[in-house]
Amino acid sequence: MKIREIAQLVDGVLVGAPVDEFYEVEKAFASDLMSDVLRFNMDQTVLITGLCNNQTMRTCEMADIRVILMGRDKQPDQDMIDLAVENDIVIIKSRYSIFKLSGILYGAGIQPLY
Amino acid sequence: MHYTFKIERGNFTDAGQASSSVKRTLKQLGVDPVNIKRTVVALFEAEINAVAHAYGGTIDVDIDGEKIVMVVADEGPGIPNIDLAMQEGWSTASPQVREMGYGAGMGLPNIKKNTDDLKIDTKIGVGTTVTMTVYLT
Repeated sequence: MKIREIAQLVDGVLVGAPVDEFYEVEKAFASDLMSDVLRFNMDQTVLITGLCNNQTMRTCEMADIRVILMGRDKQPDQDMIDLAVENDIVIIKSRYSIFKLSGILYGAGIQPLY
Repeated sequence: MHYTFKIERGNFTDAGQASSSVKRTLKQLGVDPVNIKRTVVALFEAEINAVAHAYGGTIDVDIDGEKIVMVVADEGPGIPNIDLAMQEGWSTASPQVREMGYGAGMGLPNIKKNTDDLKIDTKIGVGTTVTMTVYLT
């Protein structure tokens, strides 16, 4: 699924790096625990999270995550957006809960990481 | 090539900058992406551990054609029981550290999983030195 399609499904707003129109999201992982995020292979995976701080961005940088779906109406600050741009990460902001976001993506065919 | 970075106690704003810098260097050197990821995940976990638990420290990274050696040395409380610390899920992280998204008790197990060699020297009330090696061949 393309990044813009996900944004549309969750009534999201795109911030951070420019959208790679060819990037395909195949899987999703929902977590606020960054050490759990670092345990897995995150290729073609969107991170669904409500954790909104610099460490979210650093963790995604290390895990090679290109798309973050930030729920619960969390608002990334300018530092986070700068880190996203620097590391080619797109942030989709949504007012929906993590549970609702997960359900929407699952229903649309995005696979769980495991 | 040798790089040195400083670690500041509790500075979660800048935590990860050393790992980020090493990642950029390894990319520029054309290191295989799998080895880059193993290296930076291990280094990042060690960096976060030191920021979260220690009073300060240093990171030294040596890169040659065969291997990457990373030494994270801190002044801090030390690790009372390394066997427990190596168990997944065991953590002594503070509420502040947990608010940052860490403290799941996966740090040292993640480091072990992503490195070829791991050595931990620790002394209670003095500090901990974690030496991690990733072989490139």
